[in-house]
Amino acid sequence: MTNRESLKAGFFQECEDLLETMSDSLARVELDAADHDAVNALFRAVHSIKGGAGAFGLDALVTFSHAFENLLDDIREDRVAARGEVMQLLYRAGDRMHDLVESEQNEQDPTQWQQQDGEHAALLDAISEACARTGHDDTGSEQAAEEGFVPMPLAIEMPGLPALDAPADDDSSGGHDGDDRWRITFKPLKSLYVLGNDPLPLIRALSTLCPLDVKADLSGLPPLGEMTWDEAYLSWEITPGDDCSAEEIREIFEFVVDDCVLELDRGNAQTPDRPSEKENPSEQIQASPATEALVVQAPGDAATSRGVRGASGQQAPRQSIRVDLDRVDRLINLVGELVISEAMLSQSLSEGGKFRDPAVEGALGQLKQLASELQERIMAIRAQSVKSLFQRMSRIVREAGHATGKEVRLVTDGEATEVDKTVIERLADPLTHMLRNAIDHGIETPETRRVAGKSPQGMVRMTAGHRSGQVIMEIADDGGGIDCDAVLSRAIERGLVSPEASLTTQEIYNLLFEPGFSTAQNVSNLSGRGVGMDVVRSEIQSLGGRVSIDSTLGQGTTVTISLPLTLAVVEGMLVEVAGETLVVPSSALRETMRAEAGMIHRLGPCDLVLSMRGTLIPVFDLGASIGERKMPLDINGMPVLMVETAAGMMIALTVDRILGQREVVIKGLSENYGLVRGIAAATVLGDGRIALIVDVDQLAQNAGIALEDSAARLTA
Amino acid sequence: MQDASVLEEPNQREIVSFRVADQDFCIDIGHVREIRGWSETTPLPHTPEYVKGLVNLRGNVIPVIDLAHRLGLGHTDPGERHVIVITVCEERIAGLLVEAVSDIVTVDCAEMKHPPSLTSSAAREVVEGVFVIRESLVRMIDLARVLPSEAEVSE
Repeated sequence: MTNRESLKAGFFQECEDLLETMSDSLARVELDAADHDAVNALFRAVHSIKGGAGAFGLDALVTFSHAFENLLDDIREDRVAARGEVMQLLYRAGDRMHDLVESEQNEQDPTQWQQQDGEHAALLDAISEACARTGHDDTGSEQAAEEGFVPMPLAIEMPGLPALDAPADDDSSGGHDGDDRWRITFKPLKSLYVLGNDPLPLIRALSTLCPLDVKADLSGLPPLGEMTWDEAYLSWEITPGDDCSAEEIREIFEFVVDDCVLELDRGNAQTPDRPSEKENPSEQIQASPATEALVVQAPGDAATSRGVRGASGQQAPRQSIRVDLDRVDRLINLVGELVISEAMLSQSLSEGGKFRDPAVEGALGQLKQLASELQERIMAIRAQSVKSLFQRMSRIVREAGHATGKEVRLVTDGEATEVDKTVIERLADPLTHMLRNAIDHGIETPETRRVAGKSPQGMVRMTAGHRSGQVIMEIADDGGGIDCDAVLSRAIERGLVSPEASLTTQEIYNLLFEPGFSTAQNVSNLSGRGVGMDVVRSEIQSLGGRVSIDSTLGQGTTVTISLPLTLAVVEGMLVEVAGETLVVPSSALRETMRAEAGMIHRLGPCDLVLSMRGTLIPVFDLGASIGERKMPLDINGMPVLMVETAAGMMIALTVDRILGQREVVIKGLSENYGLVRGIAAATVLGDGRIALIVDVDQLAQNAGIALEDSAARLTA
Repeated sequence: MQDASVLEEPNQREIVSFRVADQDFCIDIGHVREIRGWSETTPLPHTPEYVKGLVNLRGNVIPVIDLAHRLGLGHTDPGERHVIVITVCEERIAGLLVEAVSDIVTVDCAEMKHPPSLTSSAAREVVEGVFVIRESLVRMIDLARVLPSEAEVSE
């Protein structure tokens, strides 16, 4: 039972990849309806899900993917064009596949909501309507294949096994008879396996040259009882789709040429029932006693066909392994410790005066370089491209456009940008909010757009990229933009700002992030309940990032998110306060300076402000803020850090000494202790001691009401 | 507070005893991860006074509790002779600042007596029971109660 469970878990993992391929291919088909490769890839993805679903008895998924597959088959055979409504239908079907897989994975009964949900039935109807021919050949063999992997000879059609029939279909549609193609017979000998080689990577490598048609020959397999465990029984018959040279093929098999029988044949169509061809191969690389007929009369062995499909299904498969996230995190922790130990070592060596020895110095420098490179590489393991996130978002855009009756196109850029996995997971909700906002509030209705002289179809551009050590994501719409006056009057109405206050445009935009703020005239299903942007901001902030808005009235709005590359290290300014070392994150730091008598002003009995370039900035002592000491009475000559809170407010923090800027490894406090006010985390310094990392926003909040009062007095 | 050592031998458990403010205390050996010498701590703001601060244990950040202070026996001025007992309790790792570790003893659970009610309130809060070992009184500490609760931390 547990074995089955783990197989099922494996199936769902595979589904994730297949669904991603599906979304990818859908986008490609939309761009070019005649893209046969994309349609084929789409078909194969759906087909593979169906196959797996059949094996686990997930009937709802099988039924739906079967209908989907029929439609795709018609598209593949050019009976239906993937344009307009059919394209929309494909997208909806794709979304439904996602839902079905998800509900099966969560072990919800999909039939339950299907019955209530008329949409599902309607979708199925729409799909079957779109199919050109009504009666798809649901023959007995198809049924059997769906109900389980029933062994059967390959000589008859086997739709249940994707690898074997899908590429074959490519050939027939491409009108390729294989006249001048190579036919490769590849039979690994025992020694190939003994030397640690594996046929699969070879076939994969071959598939990077050209599309392949791969058939596994299982005829050499003796009955189970007579099998020798380390003997090689399998061979493969490979037909490259395009003409590729014998040199190229041989190059791939170069390293195993002594451990296999490799035959290159040319000019014969591959028909399994003509073993005679093999008796006069035009080119034989190595003669071997095992040259006797390799007849492709395979029983439907699921495992083999699946393995081969992995090789031939994708054009350039990148090899990857699945690793438990825990293991990676443990590795990251260990490397963090290594980096700290290295720093401790060099510090104690330099204190001991041993640094004068060039050999020690050289070795230490190398160690340092290795450690930091190791750290970088290991952090990169956790990084993932934002592609999957973008794919999810394209669905959000479709649905939001549908719900609001607006035509919206999503353009994405920078899908390959890599971000920490945790960041990706936690970005999904904020991005969803932001996209819905852009479509609901930003993009106008088609009529309004026409009047304004814009194309009736609105556009949302989502981009990601690395810029100066940060990940920058932008969501830009070409909608109506933000009406500052409307925002301001709304804020005054809600009592968020006083009517007399004069705010800069940026300050007005920032009001949108206030809890309970919404300017939408009509509260729609999508957004406008005022639970959006403040959640977005707090989520981004908890990831150590920032959000900002820029907008041009009538032309659109751009929301920019900047995020740290990793959650494991932070760039910070090391400062000394009351004998302790503290770290102020550089992301909040704007500038450092020394307080001079002329710029310090007293406001009330104990509040201080600095006047700088015409603005007044409230001053706090960092030591006092974390309760280490009282606010110094005279701050003249003290170093000052100008920090900006996420809300966009500047505050000045006085410290005793600035020690320098450094990247520090973040060590959470919550695992062993708990959350501490004003402190984001801790880090271990080069001497092994611990320094606290300051949470600037919380400090500003702690400083609290007094601050707000003085700020109000300043702006008034 | 159930441990493997208790389960294997239902009546016997091994304890680590140590001295705090001239009194003997102990905890179950299952909770002790290691014992190390005193090193300077980094003070934590906004925490109860008995939280001495943070130390670095091979890259892990661990809070250290001044056990004497926690028990209401006056605060410790730690020097080189003091030790930190690194403990694990409900997956949280914490250090207990004590004067010295005395012994590892096997005791009979049935011999544990409930503390008399006349002890000070701070001590009664964290002392689970007492053993009499070689004519001296050894107080068993309920480790879970020594650490500040989540509520106390975030207050």
